[in-house]
Amino acid sequence: MTSTAAGDTRKSFDLSKLLIEGRAFLALALIIVVFSLLSPNFLTVDNLLIMTSHVAIFALLSLGMLLVVLTGGIDLSVGSTLGFSAVIAGFLLRGVPLDVFGVTLYPSVPVAVLLSVALGGVIGAINGVLVARFHVAPFVATLGMLYVVRGVALLMTNGRTLNDLSGTEGLGNTGFEWLGFHRILGVPSGVLIMAVVALVIAVVLARTTFGRWLYATGGNQRAAELSGVPVRRVTVWVYVVSGLCSAIAGVILASTLTSASPTAGNTYELTAIAGVVIGGAALSGGRGNVRGTLLGAFVIGFLSDGLVLVGVSAYWQTVFVGAVIVVAVMLNSLQYGRPRRRSKAVGTTTDVAAAPAPEPAADRTAHEASPSDSGEPGSDPDSPPDRS
Amino acid sequence: MSDDGRSTGNGSDVVLQARDIVKTYGGTRALKGVNFDIHRGTVTTLFGENGAGKSTLMKILSGVEQPTSGRIILDGEPVSFATTNDARDHGIAIIHQELSLAPNLSVRDNIFLGREITRGGGVDYAEETRQTRALLEEMRLDVDPATPVGDLRVGQQQIVEIARALSIDARILIMDEPTSALAAREVEILFGIIDDLTSRGVSLVYISHHLEETLRVTDHAVVLRDGTMTARGDRADIDLAWIVRHMVGENFDLGSPPEGHQFGEPVLAIEDLTVRDAENPERAVVDRLSLSVRAGEIICVYGLMGAGRTELLEAVAGRGDVTGGRILLEGQAIGEHSIRDRIARGIGLVPEDRQRDGLVQTMSVGQNLTLASIRQFLSRGLLSRGKEKRLASSLIRDVTVKTPGPDVPIGSLSGGNQQKVVIGKVLATQPSVMLLDEPSRGIDIGAKAEVFALLAEHARQGLAILFTTSEIDECFSIGHRTVVMRRGRLSAEFGPDAEKSDVMAASGEVLTS
Repeated sequence: MTSTAAGDTRKSFDLSKLLIEGRAFLALALIIVVFSLLSPNFLTVDNLLIMTSHVAIFALLSLGMLLVVLTGGIDLSVGSTLGFSAVIAGFLLRGVPLDVFGVTLYPSVPVAVLLSVALGGVIGAINGVLVARFHVAPFVATLGMLYVVRGVALLMTNGRTLNDLSGTEGLGNTGFEWLGFHRILGVPSGVLIMAVVALVIAVVLARTTFGRWLYATGGNQRAAELSGVPVRRVTVWVYVVSGLCSAIAGVILASTLTSASPTAGNTYELTAIAGVVIGGAALSGGRGNVRGTLLGAFVIGFLSDGLVLVGVSAYWQTVFVGAVIVVAVMLNSLQYGRPRRRSKAVGTTTDVAAAPAPEPAADRTAHEASPSDSGEPGSDPDSPPDRS
Repeated sequence: MSDDGRSTGNGSDVVLQARDIVKTYGGTRALKGVNFDIHRGTVTTLFGENGAGKSTLMKILSGVEQPTSGRIILDGEPVSFATTNDARDHGIAIIHQELSLAPNLSVRDNIFLGREITRGGGVDYAEETRQTRALLEEMRLDVDPATPVGDLRVGQQQIVEIARALSIDARILIMDEPTSALAAREVEILFGIIDDLTSRGVSLVYISHHLEETLRVTDHAVVLRDGTMTARGDRADIDLAWIVRHMVGENFDLGSPPEGHQFGEPVLAIEDLTVRDAENPERAVVDRLSLSVRAGEIICVYGLMGAGRTELLEAVAGRGDVTGGRILLEGQAIGEHSIRDRIARGIGLVPEDRQRDGLVQTMSVGQNLTLASIRQFLSRGLLSRGKEKRLASSLIRDVTVKTPGPDVPIGSLSGGNQQKVVIGKVLATQPSVMLLDEPSRGIDIGAKAEVFALLAEHARQGLAILFTTSEIDECFSIGHRTVVMRRGRLSAEFGPDAEKSDVMAASGEVLTS
């Protein structure tokens, strides 16, 4: 009896689940259809590739952000890290003067790129240690980092943009444009990098111990810890990965522009969060996936580029993007929030196996009663079956 | 049903009558037609074990819940309370075990929270302060009305809560376990206040597990068992034995501890373990406690709230601030090991609060079951879905979780099945010692029996089990030994044939005569 009841509940919720889960996909399809009608140039291979390489930057940030959000944290420093790593790459490529020896060091492109990306990881590690070890709220720790890193980038360049990063043949540091301009089978390398990162993260999340730990940490940190999940280590690593992703995005951006601006990536952290949210991840942690986040990044990217293409003013673009974010979050709260109230009202009838609902433990008074344990299914915010 | 009708005879002093109150939750009948009277200016005490229906009855009287059927008559008029506000408007206030004060706000602001005195659009703080001061004086609580409640001791906070109830002219005040967090001196103050209140005509309903202490303030006693009122009596006619007899019933049997297997070597040895209170570093929540558990043995840890049972189990599992002593697992000290290492070495904890510590609500039943033993379904570094599913399915069978499959959300299961998932998760790590903190909490009697059967079965296979409970019957029905904790120490040890009253005495529930 229990199992049939559960089967029915599941079936009836599948449709709504599909609609909600597929909403980012529907939004993307809608955007593509509408802009194709408005502009003949929108749905061309060339334009799609150009737009996708724009999306790649945001998608990389969003993918790193996704991991952080899955643990219930947030990383506000990704935009600054992007700008910082771009500046580092530019700084290295233009030569590091070593005054002591009277020489200037010109690292090769791979060295410069790897160093820049590694520094992004270091920034992430600092975030992670602040959050996991010193219990600084993620919002605060990464907000501080947002300022510090941006400030350092501005200091390094005196606020100026570092131009001309093409290098010189004789110094052996040419080829930086490769990341931004090179195409493999017609696909820009930035897009390919995004695809590889997305694939790796998707596998990590779905198929590795670390991924399972990550979801558990975000779903219930205390329970995860008591189940032997090294919660701190997981937390540090997600910030490191977020830093690495931002730095990769920064290097790609600098390569695309063959210049490194210390203000690059300003407010991108918000776009990255928006992508994650539109993609269906819960900011409270524990829910979300790579597919959704990628779709979210595409929705934002295609929407902005499409608006440019049809000649809508930049100010209107801001309005549209904002509206999309709000609608997405509204749908999110439908997905995760709504059941709360319903479970109280109809908890005992829809609550599958919870037939003998609030167990007669209502009377736990004297002995070690804890505030959160009164009358289980009703008071449990997560009891309803219509989510997964 | 002894002494029936004695105290209801005089209708004039009855403030509130509850008649034939029935409350069902789903299929469970928490109250099966209870009659209950409150008399003006007296203290009516409700006795009963956990799950007897005391709190449910009080929730109905205070408007937190509505009865499935039955009538409430206040001053001769039938009334019904849709909300707590309704009940409050009728002069009924409840003080919960967990205080409902905002710790960041001052005493004054708490007392007037939600019904601030306003003048000309702003809050009249001067008037509020004046009234608060008068109230506090009445309560003989010497604190400044501007003190944040969080800075007060628990006992003082309780008095603030009472003051708040009085400030709304409560005629009936329900106190649910008011002394559990109080020091002895504070209990005296509270009892003084209770005397004052009754002499002013306020009626009190009092719920407590500290039976003997409670008898001092009781005028009328009502005993509930299994949702039915089993006895009612006036103070002059009752004593401790009378209460316990009616609380427990004559023939109550959950089974007996598993027999027919030999205990092995001691698996877990706790030596002089001391754990510091996280909130009050001066205090030890576990105080130089020693205990050893043999393979195949089930030990029940009984104690009152705050006795340190949870802290003891958590310290063994690797959480908490251990300041002294040693924990030996199969002869090896594990005091320095992380929770993770201890799990790997064979210690598993089923925590007291399933929702907070046991389950990841965002995950499925299967993912929760396998969370602590991911290693078992790795294949070339990646999780193998097939292996995971097989492990989850076999665990579901082993611990008899009623679920349509491993992929349903954990929240869709009933409390008892959720508890089995937590137990299954721990069993999946193949522990040699299993610690269960209040494993029967919040699960129905059928699930409780199944959980106990599961424990018995694993004990036979050599698992050492240490579990806590607030119900002595559970100790006798499954535990080979019952140890009693009192204020962080082991105060006594009993076999399964011990007298219930002796265990109660050792826990401090009943003061020894």
